[in-house]
Amino acid sequence: MSEHESSGVHVASVKLLLIVWVALIFGTWLTVSASNIDLGFLNIWVGLAIASAKALLVGLYYMHLRWDKPFNSFVFLGAFFFLFLFIGFAMMDTAHYQPDLIPGYSPGMGG
Amino acid sequence: MSDHARASSDGLAVDHHFENADQQYQSAKLGMWIFLATEILFFGGLFVAYAVYRANHPEVFVFGHQFLDKNLGALNTVILICSSLTAAWAVRAAQLRQIGMLKLMILLTMLFAFGFMGVKAVEYNGKWKHGLLWAGQYDPHAEDHGEISHDVVGEEFPEDAHVEVVSEETVVEASPAQLAADADRSAIAPAAEGPAGLAAPGSAAAEEAGVEIEPANAQTFFSIYFLMTGLHGIHVLGGIGAFVWLLLCARRGYFDSGHFTRVDMVALYWHLVDLIWIYLFLLLYLI
Amino acid sequence: MAEAISAPGGDAPVDHTLSDDNYLTHGKGILSWLFTLDHKRIGVMYLVAILSSFFLGGVFAMFIRTELWTPGQTIMTADTYNKMFTLHGAVMIFLFIIPGIPATLGNFVLPLMLGAKDVALPRLNLASFWLWLTGATVAVASIVIGAVDTGWTFYTPYSTSTTTAVTAMTLGAFILGFSSIFTGLNFIVTIHKMRPEGMTWFRMPLFLWGIYSTAIIQVLATPVLGITLLLLVAERTLGVGIFDPALGGDPVLYQHFFWFYSHPAVYIMILPAMAIMSELISVFSGKHIFGYKFIAWSSIAIALLSFLVWGHHMFTSGQSGLMNMIFSALTFSVAIPSAVKVFNWLATMYKGSIRLAAPMLYALSFLFLFAIGGLTGLFLGSLSTDIHLHDTYFVVAHFHYVMFGGTVIAFLGGIHYWWPKMFGRMYSERWAQVSAFLIFVGFNLTFFTQFVMGSHGMPRRYYNYLERFTAYHQASTVGSFVLALGFFIMAGYLLHSLVGGEKAPANPWGGATLEWETTSPPAYYNFKHEMQAGDPYDLDALQWDPQIKGYVRKDPRSVLLSTGEAS
Repeated sequence: MSEHESSGVHVASVKLLLIVWVALIFGTWLTVSASNIDLGFLNIWVGLAIASAKALLVGLYYMHLRWDKPFNSFVFLGAFFFLFLFIGFAMMDTAHYQPDLIPGYSPGMGG
Repeated sequence: MSDHARASSDGLAVDHHFENADQQYQSAKLGMWIFLATEILFFGGLFVAYAVYRANHPEVFVFGHQFLDKNLGALNTVILICSSLTAAWAVRAAQLRQIGMLKLMILLTMLFAFGFMGVKAVEYNGKWKHGLLWAGQYDPHAEDHGEISHDVVGEEFPEDAHVEVVSEETVVEASPAQLAADADRSAIAPAAEGPAGLAAPGSAAAEEAGVEIEPANAQTFFSIYFLMTGLHGIHVLGGIGAFVWLLLCARRGYFDSGHFTRVDMVALYWHLVDLIWIYLFLLLYLI
Repeated sequence: MAEAISAPGGDAPVDHTLSDDNYLTHGKGILSWLFTLDHKRIGVMYLVAILSSFFLGGVFAMFIRTELWTPGQTIMTADTYNKMFTLHGAVMIFLFIIPGIPATLGNFVLPLMLGAKDVALPRLNLASFWLWLTGATVAVASIVIGAVDTGWTFYTPYSTSTTTAVTAMTLGAFILGFSSIFTGLNFIVTIHKMRPEGMTWFRMPLFLWGIYSTAIIQVLATPVLGITLLLLVAERTLGVGIFDPALGGDPVLYQHFFWFYSHPAVYIMILPAMAIMSELISVFSGKHIFGYKFIAWSSIAIALLSFLVWGHHMFTSGQSGLMNMIFSALTFSVAIPSAVKVFNWLATMYKGSIRLAAPMLYALSFLFLFAIGGLTGLFLGSLSTDIHLHDTYFVVAHFHYVMFGGTVIAFLGGIHYWWPKMFGRMYSERWAQVSAFLIFVGFNLTFFTQFVMGSHGMPRRYYNYLERFTAYHQASTVGSFVLALGFFIMAGYLLHSLVGGEKAPANPWGGATLEWETTSPPAYYNFKHEMQAGDPYDLDALQWDPQIKGYVRKDPRSVLLSTGEAS
C-alpha cells in the first residue's frame, strides 16, 4: 500500500502519529499536575516550557515541518519573532511608566 | 523504524501557470504557512493584551481564573489533541488514497471539533448564568441571586466554594489604590488549596483571611477570557466548515486520483487551532 | 506596417506586432472581468478602483483646504470638518495607498517580469480583489450613514465613546486588511516559487525586491491591525473594556496596537514606490543600475527595521521615558537604508544619458520630494524636537511629502512607464509634461507652507486658527487647486490615449526586464515562449528600431529558454 518512490512527499507512519499523540496527552497531564504545585513565579515558565514542547511536537511531526523545506519553518518562527518583539516592547513600556500612575494602581509592577 | 513511504504527485492535473505538480504543491504549502504566520500575529495581539494586563494586575488574574474549571479545560485540550491526530491521519490517508480511512478521519476530526464546542458551550453557559461576562456586561451573581450554594457546584466552582461578591460597582465605588493596598496577598494560599475564602470552610486559611475580596476591575479577566476563547472558537467553527468541504470533496471522488493538497492545507490550519488552544489553556486556566 | 523581427539565424521571432487579440479583448462581458483569474485584468480593475478612491480622497482634501481658507467657519461646521479630515485620511490610506502600487502595478507587472503566466495563486488574487470591493463598500457605506470624526487613527477613548459610524468604518478597514494580506501572501509565494530559469535572487529586477519586501510587511503587520480594529469594534459593541479606562482598560495600549501596524504600513506605502524608482532611473538614464545589491538589501532592511520604531508616533502619549528614547534611537536607523537607495539612484544617473520623458519627470520629482520628506522625518524622530512638532502641521507636511511626494509621484511615474504595456497606447508627451509640472508646483505650494506653519505652532486637525496663519493656509489652498488641475489634465490625456493614442510597440522605453519581451498589450497567456532571465539592467542589449518606434533586443535568443531544438 505504501509507495517508495524517491521523489514525492513524505507520508507519516501510523506509529509516529500515535507516539506523538501519546506524548501530547502526557504533556497535558504533566502541565495540569505542575499547575497544582506551587512553584511561585516558576509556574508560568514551567507551563510555557511544556506548552512549547507540545507545540514543537505538533509542528515538527503533525505539521510535517521535520520533512519540509526549511523555509516553511523559517516563516513560522519568523512570525513568533515579531510577536515577541511586540510583547517585549509593550511590556517594557508598561513597566516603565509606573512613575506616572496613581500609586498602588498597578501592584504587579510594584507601582 | 519510521515509514519511508512517499506519496506520488505524478499524473495529477496541474494548473496552467505551474510547470509541474511539485511546484504547485510547494506553492500551496508556502502560501498556507504564510497564512498561519498571519494567524500567529492576529492572535498574538490578544496575547499582548493578556501579558500587559497580567503584568500590571496579577491579582485580577489570580481571582478570575479560579472561576474556570480546569477539568473542562483539560478535557478540551485532550479533545483537540485527538482531533490533531485524526487530522494528521487524514492527510496520510489522502496521500495513500485510502478514501474510506480518509472519510473516517475527517468525520472523527469533526466529531472532536463539535465536542470541543460543546464543552465550550457548557462553560460559556455557566458563566452567563452567573453573570461572569466581559466588562460591559459583568454582573456576578448566583443563579438564584442569593448566596452561592453547593447546588451550582460542578459547573463553575470547587466543591467548597463560598464566595461573596463585595460590590458589583467596583469600578465606581472602590478606588483601585485602596483595594490594591487592602488586598493582603500573603493570605492568598498556594494554588493547591485555592485562595483564601475559597478554602474549605473550617480550614485555618479560611478563618484567618476571611472572605476573598474581589479586586478592582476583575471583569477585565473575563473580557480577555471571552475575547481569546471566543476568537479561537470562531476559528474552530471555520475549521469545521473546511472539514465539511473536504468531506464533500471526498464523496465526489476528488481524492481518488491522489490529490491530497487540500487535506494537507486544512490539516495545517487545524493544527494551528490546536496549538493556539494549548497556550490558551495554559494561560487562562492553569496559571 | 511593423514586421516581426527575426534574429540572425532565423530563430523564433520575438513578436513586435501589436496583437489585436490581447488580454483586454480575450473574453467579453463584465462577468469575464469580475470572475477573471488573469492577473493583468485584476491589476486593471484594481487600477480603476484605486484611482477612483484617490479621487474620492481628493474630494475630501479639497473640502478641507477650502474650509481652511479662512479661520473659523468658511463652508462647514466644526463637526463636519472633523469628518472631512478623518475620511480624507481613512479613504486615502485604507482604500488608496495601502493597496496602491502592489495591487495595481504589482499585479500586472510581477508575473510578466518573471516570465510567468500568472501569480502563484490566481484564485486568491481574485479573492483579494473582491475583498477590496467589499471592504471599500462597507467603508463608503459608513460615510453615508454618518461618517467618522475620530481622525483616521481612531484613538481611544474618543473612538469608543463617539456616536459616529466608527464600527462600520473599522469593519471596512478590517476587510480591506485581508485583501492586503492575501496580496502580500501571493506575491511572496510567486517570487519564491516561480522565478524563471537563470533568475536567481540577485538577478531579479529591483522592482520585485521592493514588492517582496512590501509583501513581508503586509503579511506580518496587517494581522495586528486586524486584531486592533476587532478589539475596537468589540469595545464599542460589547463593552469589553480593554482600552476604556472606565472599565479598567488602557488607552495607551490601543496606540501600541495601532502603531505596531501603522508604522510598518507606511513602509508598505513607500517600498513599492522605491521599487518603481529603481526601474525608472536606470532605464531613463540609459545606464545599468548602480549598487544593485545595496538597493536589494536595503529593501529588506527597511522592511525589518520598520517593525522596531512604532513608538515614535507616541512620544507625547504617556509612553515611558525609556521607550521614548529607545524608539527615537531606532528611528534614526531606519533612515539609513532609504538614504542608501537615494545615493545609488543618483550614482546611476551620473554620466548617464538622461531622457526627460514623463516617467523620468516623476522619478526626478520623487528624488527631490522624498529627500525633503525623509529628512523632515528625522526632525520628528528626534525626541526633543518632536515634543514641539507633534500634532502640528509639520507632521502633516512631512507625511504628505513622503506619501504624496514619494509614493503617489512614483506611482504616477510607474503608470506612465507601464501604460503603453498595459493598454497598448502611447499618451501625449506634451500634456504629460504640463501635468507633471503643475503637480510638482502645486504640491510644493500646498505642502511646503505647512512645514513653516507647523514649526510656528499651527496644530493639525484644527478647524479654527489664529489670524497670523491665514496667509499660509491660503497659499496652501491655492496650491491644492493647482494640484487638482494637474490631475484633471492627466485624467484627460490618459483617457484620450485609450481611444486616440498612437499604438505602442513592445518596448517603447528600452527596458531590459522581461515584461518588455512581449506584445503591448500582452496576450492573455503573457508569453509565446518560455523565457529565461538575463541581466535586468543590461540596457546595452537593446537598440532602437525606428520602424516600430521602439526598442528591440540585439539578440532575442538571449531571453528565450533554449529547448535544445535545432533552430
